[in-house]
Amino acid sequence: MSETLQNESLATDPDTNRLERAPRRSTWSAYLHSPLGVAGGAVLVLVVLAALLAPVLAPQDPSTADLALAFHGPTTGHPLGLDSAGRDVLSRLLYGARTTLGGAGLAVAVALVLGVPTGLVAGYRGRRFDGVASWLVNLVMSLPAMIVLLASRAILGPTVWVLMLVMGVLVAPSFYRLTRGVVADVRGELYVDAARVSGLSDARIIGRHVLVVVRAPIIIQAALVGGIAIGLQAGLEFLGIGSGDTPTWGAMLNEAFQNIQRSPGLIVWPGLALGLTSASLVLVASALRDALEGAGGARRARRRPAPRTSTTPVPVPAPVPSSAGSDVPRGGLLSVRGLAVAYGTDDDAREVVHDVDLDVGPGEIVGLVGESGSGKSQTAFSVLGILPRGGHVVRGSVTVEGQEVLELDERARRTLRGRVVAYVPQEPMSNLDPTFTIGSQLAEPLRCTLGLSRRAAHARVVELLRQVEIKDPERVARLYPHEISGGMAQRVLIAGAMSGDPRLLVADEPTTALDVTVQAEVLALLRRLRDERGLGVLLVTHNLGVVADLCDRVAVMQDGRIVENGTTAQVLRRPEHPYTRRLVGAVLDDAPCREPWEPPSSAPDRTEATA
Amino acid sequence: MSTASNAPGTPLLEVHDLHVTFPGKGWRAAGREVLHGVDLDVRPGETLGLVGESGSGKTTIGRAVLGLAPIASGRVLLAGEDITDTGRRRRRALARDLQVVFQDPYTSLNPSLLVGDTLAEPLLGQGVTPRDARARVAGLLDRVGLPRDAATRLPREFSGGQRQRVAIARALAVGPRLVVCDEPVSALDLTTQETVLELLLEIQRDSGVSYLFISHDLAVVRYLSHRVAVIHDGRIVENGPTRDVVEHARDPYTRRLLLSAPVADPDEQRIRRERLAAVRGASGDVAA
Amino acid sequence: MTTFVLRRLAAGIFLLLVISFLTFALLSVPHTDVGRALLGQNASQAAVDARNASLGLDRPMLAQYADWLSHAVRGDLGRSWFTGEDVWSALATRLPVTLSIVVGVTLVTAVLSLLLGVWAAVRGGVVDRLVQVLSVIGYALPGFLVTLVLVLVFAVQLRWFPAIGYIPFTQSPSGWLSTVTLPIAALSVGAVAGVAQQVRGSVADVLERDFVRTLRARGLPPGRILFRHVVRNASAPALTVLGLQFVGLLGGAVLVEQIFGLPGIGSMTVQYTTRGDIPVIMGLVMVSVVGVVVVNLVVDVLVGVPNPKARVA
Repeated sequence: MSETLQNESLATDPDTNRLERAPRRSTWSAYLHSPLGVAGGAVLVLVVLAALLAPVLAPQDPSTADLALAFHGPTTGHPLGLDSAGRDVLSRLLYGARTTLGGAGLAVAVALVLGVPTGLVAGYRGRRFDGVASWLVNLVMSLPAMIVLLASRAILGPTVWVLMLVMGVLVAPSFYRLTRGVVADVRGELYVDAARVSGLSDARIIGRHVLVVVRAPIIIQAALVGGIAIGLQAGLEFLGIGSGDTPTWGAMLNEAFQNIQRSPGLIVWPGLALGLTSASLVLVASALRDALEGAGGARRARRRPAPRTSTTPVPVPAPVPSSAGSDVPRGGLLSVRGLAVAYGTDDDAREVVHDVDLDVGPGEIVGLVGESGSGKSQTAFSVLGILPRGGHVVRGSVTVEGQEVLELDERARRTLRGRVVAYVPQEPMSNLDPTFTIGSQLAEPLRCTLGLSRRAAHARVVELLRQVEIKDPERVARLYPHEISGGMAQRVLIAGAMSGDPRLLVADEPTTALDVTVQAEVLALLRRLRDERGLGVLLVTHNLGVVADLCDRVAVMQDGRIVENGTTAQVLRRPEHPYTRRLVGAVLDDAPCREPWEPPSSAPDRTEATA
Repeated sequence: MSTASNAPGTPLLEVHDLHVTFPGKGWRAAGREVLHGVDLDVRPGETLGLVGESGSGKTTIGRAVLGLAPIASGRVLLAGEDITDTGRRRRRALARDLQVVFQDPYTSLNPSLLVGDTLAEPLLGQGVTPRDARARVAGLLDRVGLPRDAATRLPREFSGGQRQRVAIARALAVGPRLVVCDEPVSALDLTTQETVLELLLEIQRDSGVSYLFISHDLAVVRYLSHRVAVIHDGRIVENGPTRDVVEHARDPYTRRLLLSAPVADPDEQRIRRERLAAVRGASGDVAA
Repeated sequence: MTTFVLRRLAAGIFLLLVISFLTFALLSVPHTDVGRALLGQNASQAAVDARNASLGLDRPMLAQYADWLSHAVRGDLGRSWFTGEDVWSALATRLPVTLSIVVGVTLVTAVLSLLLGVWAAVRGGVVDRLVQVLSVIGYALPGFLVTLVLVLVFAVQLRWFPAIGYIPFTQSPSGWLSTVTLPIAALSVGAVAGVAQQVRGSVADVLERDFVRTLRARGLPPGRILFRHVVRNASAPALTVLGLQFVGLLGGAVLVEQIFGLPGIGSMTVQYTTRGDIPVIMGLVMVSVVGVVVVNLVVDVLVGVPNPKARVA
């Protein structure tokens, strides 16, 4: 949110050329900060080195057997002892790493070669190619992998390489799906459209925009598939379905398991090698994923900077009663004094709302106006006690009908929500649970908190929908959220807010997501509810037109503070605070229409224009 | 474009009887026609404001002109040349004349690309060498009022308004004749919106570029456009000089749209509200 | 809904046909001398040829396939070349063993992953870390290694469960339980790790959705919001992953059955496929593909139940 708090008016402000440099942490350094990731990487490097240097490091040839020494314990020549056939365990372990890693490498390579290019084309081009490829992929995914592997061994011969090649084919769909999904997402991004409009060729767009995004998930998936390949290969060897005499970890495990009674120690080394290698692959993959989410996190989280909401209350410090209350007598319905809201804990707490005073009387509509990041929504959430996770009230007092609500415990506050103070959110669609019908989600609080019977709740729901001017409420109650329009959804949400017959409505940008014609209808509805029921409304908005239409009084917020407060006419006509003046000045209502176009006297020089 | 520069007054962009149909989901599913025969034109140096509500098809018009939406029938002409169904190569060359600024400054810039690289993109598309492209980036940043060191930063280090300046700079890089602006200020705060609009006006005054300015906000359109076209359900219902449309709208939908947007003055808004109620009552229009 | 299920079933049958043909064609490629393999090195060439002819191996591949198919649609999957067993009855006696394990694992996985995943997503902090680390470990260790450790500890050392063998449920329910417990535990470790991680992710996502805040603002208790709304919304991706796990388990069962000496489909696979016993392999492939098709269908239907948007008309 700090980003949008920045001063925007580049043209009028002296500090036009100052940009706040966000900490830019590279993926690489983020990765190095993960101890498990570093450990996993180190193990992998060691195993690869051991495999490469096996001929140098191994005390003897892995298949040299000396039955006289079978099951012999560690000696200087054989640091890990000898197996049931008197072969050196360390040598077999080192050479086994070659087969194991090589096989896994082959499987991953085959899967990459088959899966990634097809996924790229299917995701980018879509259409017919996508249809055919997806059908093939579903076919391969329906194959019973184990049976195919075993059968292919019977057909193609008993070598690790054949098995791993077949496995590569079998897991290729996972790369296809991953690539296709990521590419299709990127394909829909506006910046790819912009690149196309800029005249870049498809090859260039894929190179510049698509590969970058797809690269990391593929590396992660490759590490995971590598781990699975190693496990599967060892499993097959363990069953004795491997490649005969080649030393492998799986075969060693099998041999050790058969002699478990006689020499239980033999199982340790191959088991450890196998466990450590595949675990380190997974650790590397997950550390890489975390690093990417940390470093490039802005990609996903950019739109909604709001911290996560939680259904469980997080323990927060008790608010300190504010001594610095204003002298204005406290409003009858809602009164906020010296409210401060912060995110984070003690040391790095960031205060986003500072000493806010607000009053709403019965039947009064008070606007809370500000730009994004001004703290207006946080103020509204504090009144309801539904701040997102990590946010808490640090100071101040909030009374509803004279009762201090900040001192109430969560359970007691919950009884106020819906029945005394209700909430109308901004985005109508995302605020309805898509998995329930309109009727059932409106009925739920009626039954759960007001204890109505099923029948009575349904009757009340229909009545509520009628009150928000929905025609045919019986039918609408049976619909799911995705079957209704945005304007209708906002009416449903207002009906939901009215269901507990509240006295105060907190409406957070209730019309921002709506078209102007629908907005006008919703504003009329809110006005009617106020007139008929004497409802008090705290209306959070950035739209001064909405304020002028609906509000009796208005408070202007900037950077977490209320900078001006007064009747609507007073604030909009004679703003006093410089910020309010700027805000009102930016409204284009009174700006003159642009004059009609006239042919230019001379054609402007294009080259000059671009310089 | 090397074709003869057209005489003043003749349109730069012409759209005739444009139909756009999006394919249905799944095979055999019927397509959905979102534009039912749209006609419009934009003259050199002119701004045509295109106003409509969500789902009206206003964005689709812009995308069809840019070659990003499937045109079922009709013609699109740029400076007299038919660009309805151009090949990929010609479409790429068109980028020199035709550019775009999208609504969402967050998704219209690649988050992992430095701003300098984003700005160089259209230049690279025109065959400019990477070195020359980089040299021209600094000038572009100056042009839109951003510091020069912005080139070496990632988009997430910028606010929404600053990102939109980057997007405008990208559109200007090749000196286009027409820029399609798709809701370029609707994601911005009020005060930021004002400065970005000023920038667009200034650029037009200096370079004589034409804008097809798409927006849902009549106040913004009125401020920026020489002429306004109102689109409703895939059809243009009103088209004329801005003042005529604003003051003497003939179409009932346009009148309702005009009255629906609240103004920031309580008394004036009360009058408008009553007039709107009268209009709605007259047309027998009740909520869904 | 019915048309959706019927369409999917038709697609499934088509898939069965394609896969059966592909498998048959691939199996016929190497054409090892089956008659020779059956009769041994000392048999006369005439006897070997006669044997091959009696198995129909002297005819073109397409004719053999058509023959197989025409019997298969009537429920006759033929006889094993090597043991002479009726393939269908061999499958029928072994299927219950494998199914009891795979279904058991799926149930255990569903319950444990739901609890762990929701717990991690809601509580965050230490619990979340713990579940994530457990997931990584469960995911990282190859399944059969886990199995070995379980056998060593609980069967060899502690002797709580038999290390080997199977007792049918009909014979002794408690005996059945004691023989399937370790196999189920062994396969569940990896499955829980994968699914719990998915549940945690999707529950955390849903918790951040706007409607959760709106439900809180209506005064609903947190537990009700969590289990009625959040879990329901998070169920689709979790079910999908569970379905994939189920398919993967068919493979995992091979190893586990072999280690525990369970007479299921898995151990049957190992015995017969390595010898290239085409009738048996075809039977096994058909059974597993049917399993995959059915599971995918069930998952799609289940995903649609709480999810009206995904519901297909």
